[in-house]
Amino acid sequence: MNQWLIGAAVAFVVLAATTAVLTREPARQAVVLSVLGLGLAVLFAVLQAPDVALSQLAVGTALTPLLILLTVRKVTRRPTRPDDHPATGDDGQDQK
Amino acid sequence: MTARARLAVFLAAAAVIAAFFTAECTDLPPFGTDSHPYGERAVAAALDRRTANVVSSVNFDIRAFDTLGEEPILFGTVLGATLLLRQARDERHRRAEAERVMPTTRLFGALLLPVTLVVGVYIVAHGQLSPGGGFQGGVVLATALHLAYVAADYRALKKLRPLAVLDVADSLAAASYSLIGLAGLIAGGAFLKNVLPLGTFNTITSGGTVPVLNAAVGVEVACGLIALLAHFLDQTIERTDPDQQRYGDT
Repeated sequence: MNQWLIGAAVAFVVLAATTAVLTREPARQAVVLSVLGLGLAVLFAVLQAPDVALSQLAVGTALTPLLILLTVRKVTRRPTRPDDHPATGDDGQDQK
Repeated sequence: MTARARLAVFLAAAAVIAAFFTAECTDLPPFGTDSHPYGERAVAAALDRRTANVVSSVNFDIRAFDTLGEEPILFGTVLGATLLLRQARDERHRRAEAERVMPTTRLFGALLLPVTLVVGVYIVAHGQLSPGGGFQGGVVLATALHLAYVAADYRALKKLRPLAVLDVADSLAAASYSLIGLAGLIAGGAFLKNVLPLGTFNTITSGGTVPVLNAAVGVEVACGLIALLAHFLDQTIERTDPDQQRYGDT
């Protein structure tokens, strides 16, 4: 039973991490990161490391996405037209 | 460097790392077995110092010096954020507006805020007994306070958050870790030596210096994270650029 639980948690983490890498828009990425943090917390708890699971839950699920979202909001808020999509130009620098 | 050359360099480096990594992994003990050479020694050492939570014993007693190295990371982060996110000359301060909140959200926050604060204090205080400790409890305490922002508005959060006091508390807590270590040096002859009476196993006062260091880290993490989030929130909510006259896209 425990083997299956670990397998499922690992599979979920791999899936969430891949999704996080493939998501290009920072705001969406923060949400995926939060889900990934939750998956990691479950994985750590299943692997009998509740101390690490607690830190992961607090930092990875709540704090990091919040800081990213606040930064994204500050950086992309420009006096442009409201229908202008703000997040198209800022993922070009780390791509090529 | 062209994209193709970069890819070639990456692939070469990745191949070398993969080869060494695989070679090393074959020497690891198999996954999920009962034999843990390091674990057994750590548990024995923790029980010897009457600390029920072995992880806390490793963090704050057996390997307390490593934690001393990790602690300034957060302190430096807070310091850097404070420096970078200070009010620039071309930015203006705009007082946060009072906001209307759904009554259910307000109730949720009002009920959950004290509960979460108590949970945070509990996790810090019982770090030497049960999973958790200064870092985890500190993060819970810091995030708990921000329920005030969710349930009310930024003004309510600012009233709950005396930043000057928190900054001083953060610095004092960060310094006290080294001071406790020096106390060990003076009293016991080694830096960060566990010199306090060990107490009775599995009670809140057991573990010697472990609960003290735990509390110091708890205070430092809680104050540091609140200060860190405060600078980010200030930037987002209370600062306006001069070229930006309309008030945000909330």
